[in-house]
Amino acid sequence: MHASEYATRLDPLDFFFGRGGADEDLAPPVVERTGSTGTDLVIKGLAKSFGQKQVLHGIDLRVPAGQFLAVIGKSGCGKSTLLRLLAGLETPTAGTIALGDGNAGRSATRIMFQEPRLLPWARVVENVEVGLLDTDSRAERRERALAMLAEVGLEDRQGEWPSILSGGQRQRVALARALASRPQLMALDEPLGALDALTRIEMQNLLERIWLQQRFTAILVTHDVGEALALADRLVLIEEGAITLDLAVPLPRPRRRGSPELARLEGEVLDRLFDGQSKH
Amino acid sequence: MTLARLTRGNAIGWAVPILLIPLWELLARTGQIAPSVLPAPSAVLEAGWRLMLTGQLPENIWVSSLRAFTGFAIGGGIGFALGLANGLSALSQRLTDTTLQMIRNIPHLALIPLVILWFGIDEEAKLFLVALGVFFPIYINTLHGIRTVDPHLIEMGRIYGMSPITLFWRVILPGALPSIFVGLRYALGIMWLTLIVAETISASSGLGYMAMQAREFLLVDVVVLAIIIYALLGKMADAIARLLERLSLQWHPAFQTH
Repeated sequence: MHASEYATRLDPLDFFFGRGGADEDLAPPVVERTGSTGTDLVIKGLAKSFGQKQVLHGIDLRVPAGQFLAVIGKSGCGKSTLLRLLAGLETPTAGTIALGDGNAGRSATRIMFQEPRLLPWARVVENVEVGLLDTDSRAERRERALAMLAEVGLEDRQGEWPSILSGGQRQRVALARALASRPQLMALDEPLGALDALTRIEMQNLLERIWLQQRFTAILVTHDVGEALALADRLVLIEEGAITLDLAVPLPRPRRRGSPELARLEGEVLDRLFDGQSKH
Repeated sequence: MTLARLTRGNAIGWAVPILLIPLWELLARTGQIAPSVLPAPSAVLEAGWRLMLTGQLPENIWVSSLRAFTGFAIGGGIGFALGLANGLSALSQRLTDTTLQMIRNIPHLALIPLVILWFGIDEEAKLFLVALGVFFPIYINTLHGIRTVDPHLIEMGRIYGMSPITLFWRVILPGALPSIFVGLRYALGIMWLTLIVAETISASSGLGYMAMQAREFLLVDVVVLAIIIYALLGKMADAIARLLERLSLQWHPAFQTH
């Protein structure tokens, strides 16, 4: 690893006192909800530059509570940066991001990545407990972690090391960890990108089922238009750092893969994405 | 690698030394090897028994082990602390790493004349050399281990609101552990090597001193005995380190029993 990268990652002040102000956000406890609901998300004039390069230009987006929004775009369009901004991993150059009631704690937002990012030295259930650090009681942590594991169908694997699980199972553990604290906003950065086609469909169904139960606000970044249409209520296309298409997907659930409506919508979006090049 | 294969590998590993002993005995008994060059294993064992009865052998093993592990604790402790500090803090690294890299390039045994001038042939001299010898493998591998912890996991820990202390205990230290163990095992080897050299050159007790005394009186059996004890002590230290490694790295695919 390059030395300067190190310096930014583990600067002493940073390491011991946390990144400017971020730690204060940790203080508020998770809001306990029965039948958790999502949060409104309002993004205004959001811009982000890395040095000279402007990645996002003034994004305006309002996502109502409980909506499943898919963000698609070609690689490098800024969609992942948008998600990292939402998760607080980057600070905006300009603009604001506001969550519904304004006093949501940091554990109100969770992010899931393409890699599961499980701790290899912690058992499956301990990995899920990482999502419950705000819960003080050890017994309660364990109980809720096990309940979450049951939700994703991995209760019987609770004592395993992550290294012996399959890719899809690891991603399910990561999902359980992200959902354990009942987040109001779930940011998904191509979480199914590394899975094989069949496992992907299984995971999409699981994700949809849990979302229907918990009704968190979901932002899914993907480059798979089919996946976006199968899951989302609404689809946003980002091109060169700006939203160029905002499309409602008013199809009833459960959606049948390969249905004519889905195929038609997918064709439309792909045409838009390639600017008509794919038309014959 | 499975545990069964590991233990079987160990058993096979002992076969060669154990088979060599009767061969050596045979060659010595039949006069193929002169007793003044290499006495028979039975003679070495007898010398061991003799010294055991006079109390010289346990006394010397105790003195040497105490030196070895005290020096190891001092040097290893400082190396570990500096490795942590420099791995976690860019400032600390900028401040000390260049100096440490310069010192590292001096073979520590080259300091023996200077160390004798400073400390005479007392305990401090041996402890200093052992500590210096074990410092670098521990320092470098701790630093390397911390630096190579997956940054994705550290980011994950931050997202999930781990405090710096939690992050250290749950992500950074376990991630660095495999590398720290490499340093530990390497340092144990250097520990014995340094101590033997130091005791052989300047000491008034210990295994190295015992061997040197025996040389003066042409007691080849005692010299060979000392060498074999070094081999056993070294092997024992390594075995303990491997056991610790296996216990604390159960999660690692290389150590799993499945």
